[in-house]
Amino acid sequence: MSERVSLMQGNEASVEGALDAGVRFYAGYPITPSSEVAEDFAAKLPPLGGKFIQMEDEIASMAAIVGASLAGKKAVTATSGPGFSLKQEIIGFANMIEAPCVVINVQRAGPSTGLPTSPAQGDMMQARWGTHGDHPALAVAPSSVADTYLLTFQAVNWAERFRMPVMVMLDETIGHLREKVILPSREEMIIVNRKHPQGSPQSFQPYDIEDEDLIPPLPPYGSGYRFHTTGLYHDETGFPANRPEITKRLLDRLHDKIDRYKETLYLYDSFGLRQANQLIISYGGAARSAKAAWRIAREKGLLVGLLILKTIWPFPEEIVAQAGHDKNNIVVAEMNRGQLIGEVERIMDKRIPIRGAQRADGVLITPEQILAQLEGVN
Amino acid sequence: MELEKYFRENKLPHIWCPGCGHGTVMSSIIRGIDKAGWDPNKVVVVSGIGCSSRAPGYMDFNTLHTVHGRAIAFATGIKLANPELKVIVLTGDGDGAAIGGNHLIHACRRNIGIKVVLFNNYIYGMTSGQYSPMTPEGSLATTSPYGNIEPPFDLCELTKSANANFVARGTVYHTRPLISYMEKAFAKDGFSYVEAISQCPTYYGRRNRLKSPVEMLEWQKKNSVDIKKAADMEPEELQGKIVTGIFADREKEEYTARYDRLISEIQGGKK
Repeated sequence: MSERVSLMQGNEASVEGALDAGVRFYAGYPITPSSEVAEDFAAKLPPLGGKFIQMEDEIASMAAIVGASLAGKKAVTATSGPGFSLKQEIIGFANMIEAPCVVINVQRAGPSTGLPTSPAQGDMMQARWGTHGDHPALAVAPSSVADTYLLTFQAVNWAERFRMPVMVMLDETIGHLREKVILPSREEMIIVNRKHPQGSPQSFQPYDIEDEDLIPPLPPYGSGYRFHTTGLYHDETGFPANRPEITKRLLDRLHDKIDRYKETLYLYDSFGLRQANQLIISYGGAARSAKAAWRIAREKGLLVGLLILKTIWPFPEEIVAQAGHDKNNIVVAEMNRGQLIGEVERIMDKRIPIRGAQRADGVLITPEQILAQLEGVN
Repeated sequence: MELEKYFRENKLPHIWCPGCGHGTVMSSIIRGIDKAGWDPNKVVVVSGIGCSSRAPGYMDFNTLHTVHGRAIAFATGIKLANPELKVIVLTGDGDGAAIGGNHLIHACRRNIGIKVVLFNNYIYGMTSGQYSPMTPEGSLATTSPYGNIEPPFDLCELTKSANANFVARGTVYHTRPLISYMEKAFAKDGFSYVEAISQCPTYYGRRNRLKSPVEMLEWQKKNSVDIKKAADMEPEELQGKIVTGIFADREKEEYTARYDRLISEIQGGKK
């Protein structure tokens, strides 16, 4: 059991993480700055007996991974802003039918075609609310190449465990960053697989909660468990049921299956929180500058803590509240016009000042911009 | 023939209107599956959105009712993930020719082993009667109140040009040939497209002087021209006619078989 040391790019690391988690199907459509993800899967899947397909568009790619997932494969797609917008309807469908799958979004500056090769974090709320209707969301944001490997691996595991689409919210900075990574040995990586039904095919009901963990088992097509699936509101049998109590029961369960476990889903790094009266919160590529800002502030003798969020959705409310409740200045650093700062404002005591360190011009936010929002920096 | 075993009898009767042709198309598909002798556990029926797309719910296989227009893309993922599955897509003239048209031509191009049955009733029935890309010119629909000015798609010619292995068109009136097209389509390894002309008395017939389902079936009978006879007719003579028969019947290598061959070559060190 030895660590794996290598030089790797963020986009490549997402492929490594997915493959190690058991992904054997990829469908995608070329888009900058995510294309290396597709290219890497195209090279690596067939030798493993896996399948890569370049579909005719972004929507078809999303549909194909949901289909492959129902046929029993762990499946991934990758995209960037415009493609992420196009995939939204089927992300909602995957939520509704509870199809495990992973969407890697290497964010670039938007809206529209925006800046195809420039970093941004403008899709954070789209990852939460991009598809229509109420639904839960699971999303992670890596801030290093090693994190990209680990969080993509985790995303595949979560997709399997919770039966839903999971977003890996990379940004161009991390996607194209090449750095040294030290990864755990493959033996240390614990793979999670979706549950298989325990009962007989004859008595099988696809949305019956067998063991009360709120997540139904999912047999692959061809295994003898024949069932119907629809994006309409449905009951345990999988068939449409247009009744208020059934609609409510399904919608409640889709949320409860995440809410019940949310505290186990909060992944983050924290630095110097206890001896601090100010706090920087950041994530993804912006967190690299936030870490530099934090270090500089500490060297100047300022009492600053740093919270780097890895899990974005569900938003780690309790973690943020705990880290921020005793601070007299909170700075949220992100590469957009202020997206997750709204979440921080929503949960914090209104008496605590919350400032945004924001940049949305296609350039990586600098430590100086973040420092400028701290108290006591001259 | 014991065809009941292929249906989820507790889900019947179906939701289609009285006089709708879709039940006949569905039973033709079931007869085709019966003839193919497939294990129901290995059959996956995928649909999009619309009247035709409700058919899978009545059929006792692995059934997937997806989003509008994308059934073929879902089916592509299913077939590629597990090529031993028999994958059928049920779609309509709106779902398959409008929003889903791009997926249709690319599935043809790949020659992936999916069987697409398109229920063509010339109208968006589920949304109550808007014109589709296959609505004949001049027809009245809720969104063409002055008569449709768009020429309709001939999807048999399109899929044939796009490399489909098997292409046929039949009508609900001519049930026996329609069943034979299903049988031939399902026996193929590659991509098959069968267009079934169906009738929508509720939203097409009533607006277009075809007052009853019987009149609509008689219209199918009167206007159908066999493809062999059509070959000797002038384009003007074929205006408003339904050309029926087999448009393409080829034996090109199926996509997932080609893919598996690629994997063997890579794993065998040949690539």
